[in-house]
Parts: sequence; C-alpha cells; structure tokens
Amino acid sequence: MSSLERRDGNPAVRALIYIVCIFLAVLSIFPFVVMFINSTRSTFEIQQQAVSLIPSTHLMENFKVFNGKSFNPTTGFINSLIVAVGATVLTVYFSTLTAYALVAYRWKMRNAMFTFILCVMMIPGIVTSIGMYQFMYRIHLTNNLLSLILPAVYAPQAVFFFRQFMLASLPLELLDSARIDGSKEFYTFNHIAMPIMKPAMATQGIFAFVYTWNSLFMPSILLTRDNMKTMPVMVSMLKGDIYKREYGAIYLGLSLTVLPLFIVYFALSKYIIAGVALGGVKG
Amino acid sequence: MNNSLQKKHGFSYARYGYYFSIPFILAFLIFNLYPTLYTVVLGFTDSKGLGNITFHILKDDPWKNFRAILKAPTFILSLKNTFVLWILNFIPQITLALILTAWFTSRRNKIKGQGFFKVVFYMPNIITAASVAVLFNALFGYPKGPVNDLLVNMGLRDSTTYFMNSASTTRGIVAFIQFWMWYGYTMIILVSGVLGINPEIYEAAEIDGANDRQIFFQITIPNLRTILTYTLITSLIGGLSMYDIPKMLNNGNPNNSTLTATMFIYNQSFQGSYMYARGAAASMILFLIIAALSAVVFFLMRDRK
Repeated sequence: MSSLERRDGNPAVRALIYIVCIFLAVLSIFPFVVMFINSTRSTFEIQQQAVSLIPSTHLMENFKVFNGKSFNPTTGFINSLIVAVGATVLTVYFSTLTAYALVAYRWKMRNAMFTFILCVMMIPGIVTSIGMYQFMYRIHLTNNLLSLILPAVYAPQAVFFFRQFMLASLPLELLDSARIDGSKEFYTFNHIAMPIMKPAMATQGIFAFVYTWNSLFMPSILLTRDNMKTMPVMVSMLKGDIYKREYGAIYLGLSLTVLPLFIVYFALSKYIIAGVALGGVKG
Repeated sequence: MNNSLQKKHGFSYARYGYYFSIPFILAFLIFNLYPTLYTVVLGFTDSKGLGNITFHILKDDPWKNFRAILKAPTFILSLKNTFVLWILNFIPQITLALILTAWFTSRRNKIKGQGFFKVVFYMPNIITAASVAVLFNALFGYPKGPVNDLLVNMGLRDSTTYFMNSASTTRGIVAFIQFWMWYGYTMIILVSGVLGINPEIYEAAEIDGANDRQIFFQITIPNLRTILTYTLITSLIGGLSMYDIPKMLNNGNPNNSTLTATMFIYNQSFQGSYMYARGAAASMILFLIIAALSAVVFFLMRDRK
C-alpha cells in the first residue's frame, strides 16, 4: 500500500456507480420475478395486468392445465438428471485423470499433449454434429441417453482447468512418499491425488452439470422420441399450439424447468463465481 | 521439480503418463475426430433422407454441395444475421464489462456489495437458454404482455407493439438476451485479470499522479491483452454458433431475419428432406469462417513488442 494520503473518489461518481449497478441487478432479476409470480396467477389475471409483484392463488389450477397436456415434466426432469449426472461424473473423473498424467509424470509427449488440448479446445461443436448423428444412428444409440453421456469423457476445457489447479496445489513429493510406501500409481491417483483435487472437482462438476443440463442442440438431434427428451428440448412445447393463451400454465412450466438451476446457483454461487474467475486466468 | 523417484532401479514411471491419457485420447478419437472426419466426408456425398445411412461419394462433381450452399440465398442471409446478432451483442457486452471492471477495481471508489452484484449479474448465464428465450417470448407478448404493459403504463408508447413481427425488434431482443446473459461472465473474467496485475504498477502510477482514466487506458487495458483476446475468441466461437436463443425465441422469424448459420444447418439436415450432405458442407464452411476469423483476431491482438 502506498503511504500517500489516498484521495477519495468523487461522491457523485460513487452514487452513479451504485445506481447503474442496482439498475443492472434489477434487470437480471426482474424477468424471473415476473415468471415466478405469473406462475401463481390465472390466465385471466395475467391478461388484465401482465406484471404484478403480488402472487396470486392459482398455482394448482395452472399446474392442472400444464400437466394435462402432452408435456410430461417428470420424464424431462429424469432424463435431464440422468444425462447431466452421468456426463458430469465422466467429465470430472477422466479430466482429472488426464490432467494428472500431464502434471505427475514426465513423458516425451507431455508438452505435445498439452498443446494438442489447447488446440482442440478451440474447435466449435458444430463441426462434429452431423457426423455424430449418423455415427450414433449406425451404432443404434439415437434415442438413447448414453449418446449424450459417453462423449463427456472427452472434455478438453476441464482438463485444462484441472491442470492449472494441479500445478498450483498438488505436491509431487507426496506422490514420491506414496511410492516409497508401496502405493501403486493408480491407487495413488484415486486415494491421494483425488482428495486434494476436491475443490477443483466440485467447481468443474457444477459447470459440467449446468452445461449438460442446459444444452439444446445435440439433444434435439439425438433424442427424437417424446419419452427420451430432456428438459430444454421439451421447453419448445410451451411455445407451441398446445398451450395457446394458457399463460399461467406457460409461466409455471418455465418456472419448473429452471427451478433446479436457481436452487443449485444460490446454494453454490460462491464457488461458481470463484470458478468463473479462475477459468479466465491463463498463461 | 522433485523427480528423484522418476527412475528407480531402471524402472520409469513415465509410461503412466501415457496410460492415464488413454481414456481421453480414445474418447477424442471416437467422439470427436471420427465424427468430424465423417462430417467432412458427408459434405462430398449425396447423403439425405431420415434414417437413410447409405450414401455415395460424388465422384463427378465433388464440390456440388459446397457450391449449392454458397449459392443459397438463405445461407448467405443466415451468415449475415449471425454476424449482425453477434456484433449487436458483443460490442455493448464488452463495453459494459470493461466499465464495470474499471469501477469494481478502482482503488479510489471502493465499491461495496461487489460479491452480491457479481452473483446477480452472472445469474442469467446459468439459466437454460431455451427457457430464457421462451420466457422473453412471453414477456414481449402481443397484444398483451409485461413489456407492452410497462411501456404503455409508463407513457413511453401510446399503443402496444408487435415485437415479434418486426425484423429489427426481434434482432434487438435476441442481441439483448445474449448481452444480458454474458456481460456478467465477461466482467468476472476481466476483474480477475485485473486483480492478477502487479499492484506495484498501480502504486507507481498513483505516485506519478496518474488519474483513473489514464490508469485504466495505459495500465489496465494493455495488461489485459491476453484475457481480452481469450474473451474475444470464446465469444466469437460461441456467437457464430448461436442457436438456442434465436431458435426458441421466434424460430428465426420474421422472414428469416433471426435465422442463424447453425439454425440453417439444423434445418437442412434435420428437417424437410434431411439433406445431411448439404448440412455437412454448410458446417465445414461455417467452421472455416470461424477458424479464419479467430486467426485474424490472434493476429490483430498479438504482442507487437
């Protein structure tokens, strides 16, 4: 810290900053407030006055309308959960293992492998999608949730993140002493390295989960049968003809699709923000 | 680095580096490289039709699909739309993110509640884009909808507006949603970049009597070069593959004014006559455009010293 007398900022500037920030905060929250409150109001009330800050009493009615159509929220929820949990477990475990290979061992191709990961990170997913569809079709994995889970083993962004984290926090001496104690390499990874990586695994786990839960493009290509669809694919039904003018039911349906994310976010926001900040700091 | 045990009795641990990379490499070969090559090959075939996986290489005229795509007015329009939507969201996004970064890291104006603001600004980013787009479709509803209600009640407009029926308002809404979902993310990355700059540089500048504006433009921005490049590249790749928001908000309407390149590819390959070959050719063209633009960005943002 400088020993100079710190000049304080201009109070007018500070006031302006707070006003802008509060405005932006309202802008972030307001659409979701309207969504949650309108999901408790009847379609008639919404048509009379589309914005209200006072919840009403029509939640159950809306749910009956919402649930009475072909939209099956339980199926979508379970499918999304299976895909997101499966993909998250694979991404976190195998990306940690790959990063461990890059950090704990000196092998000839190590630097080449890291450069390779940096390059493939930049390739947009659209390049693979049509070939992926035909490949999955050939091996009979379309309309099978595995088609979205298995590819999660390959997650270069996660490997990159774990490598940065490991370089900073995995003491290689620890691995040496494990070897002296006779620990096999794979055992050392599972029982000594992994526990140290827990905070990073939690952060990447949240991101992998949210990313998979939210994805729309590949699931809408690979899952065409109604009982296989994930939540985001089903959301389009809320816009279609089946809920025409049933505004209360539409808002309720939207609320249900995003409720799990709000819960995850507000429970873990501290780690999520820290994870975003870490992801940006590179070389 | 302590590698005293890397070689013990002629036994090298190095091979475990290869062993533990095997799952990743295998998954790359099966779920990334193979589908990519498959897509490349499909671009040179006559592959079409739902559930039809037999195809023939176009031996007489291998570039037929690529020519057809480049001549298709809808594809050119979708590329133009994609750029317009990306620029309309990226410029305000990076501007606001930089302003917020300057405010949040200012050493004179210590802003309180930064943790809260970061959590709230970032929130829209993790909510399902598909749901967000359908929500905005309802919010901008016509003739009755929350936004129309607010505009009329506040006296900003005399009558209600049919937002989804006009190309400019629909594009504006798509760009706004993208901006609104991403500026918080960009800001958090930039703030963490600024916090990584050596504080002594700032102290020296303050002693020299530099004001906030000089400090921001002459210290913060040049030191953020790597992170700004990263932000620009990731936003470019994401923005040019934009799909969820325009698809779910208004399905590319009105008059294809929000039809993006990825939506075009989807429509070619997974609707109508399922022209996989055309879609594959279009994906390759889109990929080459993204790669070329990324190279330009890297070149422009390179360290000239």
